[in-house]
Amino acid sequence: MKIVVIQRLEPVLTEELELSDDGRDIDREWIGFALNQFDDQALEQAVLLKESNGATVTAIAIEDEGSDKMLKNALARGADAAFQIPLDADDVESRSSRALAPLYAAAIRTLAPDLVLVGILSNSDLYGELAPYLGAHTGWPQISAVTEVRLAAGKATVRQEYAGGRAARFEVDTPVIIGLQTAMQPPRYVAGSKLRDLLKVQIPELEVDGAPSADMSHGTTLALPDQSAGAVMFDGDADDIATSIHNLLKEKGFVQ
Amino acid sequence: MTILVLIEHYQGGVADGSLELLTLARTLGGPVTALVLAGSMADVATLAAGLDADTVLAVAAPAVARYASSVYLRSLNAAIAACDPELVLLSYSTAGIDLAAGASVATGREMVAYVTSLTRHGAGFAACSQVYGGKLLATSTLPAQGIAVVMPGAVKAGPRSTGDAPVQTLTVDLGPDGCIRHLETLVPESGGIDLTKAARIVCVGRALGNTDKLPMAEALAKLLGAEIAGSRPVIDAGWLPKPRQIGKSGTKVKPKLYLMAGVSGAPEHLEGMGESELIIALNSDPRAPIFGKAHYGAVCDMFEVMPTLIQKLS
Repeated sequence: MKIVVIQRLEPVLTEELELSDDGRDIDREWIGFALNQFDDQALEQAVLLKESNGATVTAIAIEDEGSDKMLKNALARGADAAFQIPLDADDVESRSSRALAPLYAAAIRTLAPDLVLVGILSNSDLYGELAPYLGAHTGWPQISAVTEVRLAAGKATVRQEYAGGRAARFEVDTPVIIGLQTAMQPPRYVAGSKLRDLLKVQIPELEVDGAPSADMSHGTTLALPDQSAGAVMFDGDADDIATSIHNLLKEKGFVQ
Repeated sequence: MTILVLIEHYQGGVADGSLELLTLARTLGGPVTALVLAGSMADVATLAAGLDADTVLAVAAPAVARYASSVYLRSLNAAIAACDPELVLLSYSTAGIDLAAGASVATGREMVAYVTSLTRHGAGFAACSQVYGGKLLATSTLPAQGIAVVMPGAVKAGPRSTGDAPVQTLTVDLGPDGCIRHLETLVPESGGIDLTKAARIVCVGRALGNTDKLPMAEALAKLLGAEIAGSRPVIDAGWLPKPRQIGKSGTKVKPKLYLMAGVSGAPEHLEGMGESELIIALNSDPRAPIFGKAHYGAVCDMFEVMPTLIQKLS
């Protein structure tokens, strides 16, 4: 069983987001980037399947600043191989899932896995999520919002979640694309020594026959939401704020 | 040209999100077609009764009696080909995520997701969406014949129709037995916890960091007579059990008091608690989207405020 797991960097949302001059993207110059939290779960699920079923795990990422380190982290976590997909930044108008899906799909066709795991969402999926796009571009079955994956006899059994905590279990033919929400165990800790051992490892490039597709970013503008009609804010130090909340709770009858 | 709305349902009831889409379609104007997939024509008739649509397009087959992405996608693509709608509306649900992008590629239509408002704009539509966890708003021009995935709660569902729309049957090649086969439906594991009945909830988010400070939040909840709950990252990390998850894939709640600490307010979380009567939010990020939804808030270190509040409540 061969598993490909996709790893993506995305803006750290606890940092202040600034807009580019044309308002069509965020300013990517100063913002920090980190591994997509759902891709983190996808990596963990891939390694769990390797441990339980003897699968081989290949991590792939679009080549970008920080992707080399991200893929070394995947190797340290238990991936058997890692590849960067080269992308000329000058040739790409958008980095949306819709735009980059043909590149990932080309890599998948090259690596010919039985199972592709990718996080269900990224925080900039304005034009749709990656897993269903990969299903459309490869012609493979796709299922998202998955919280369990088990392998047996060349088939996958997955648990798909719905609103309100409802769920269903499906048997899925392989090859299949899975948009993972949660791994069956929380992502594991990686020892610093493991990462240090990988410092000199070169992550190879995977040349693919594909090009980014168009999306609607040319007709989209971004803006900060107007929060003027939002919360009444309590100011001051911790004691001032706690006092304000306590008074509010008394006024509303929640406490004496 | 019609607006095509995918109707989701569970145990014989139409999903709230689908009813909201029908209302949105009426607001946009023009004829509305509801796409209903069910195991039999009798089931279609039950689901179609009272839908505010001009036409019900029905796919009736055992293979679509329960949701499965592969056969639903084939049916949606066939429906789009059959009625060539000027707009396709899906709810931001598991099905919406599964189907919209695939239908977009298969039918060559543009799509936009996370839509919170949609209006006519020239020959197409103007869509406002939440992106980057709700920290930014995106305004997009969706050309005619596009696909929009709309956030639950973006519009309030109107009253059910008094008349029944005519039903047209759509025959779809659903494949031999499907490559994604439904095995069983799983009911939520409550673990004896029912947050929907809680009048007061203290909810912690990713900023909790680990379980070391969880007793602090639990102590605050106990003093307020509240249930402790968590956002999705808290549950994914194993800090609290799944029945205590609030949000899209957890429980939807409407308590009288919802005190949240370290929850940014991603759209998926707001979907689960946005109708709470009193929302108080503590967050260190002044641009956290939750401050746009909460009634009261404070930009602060929650680990400094919570002990002080506990002291005052003790």
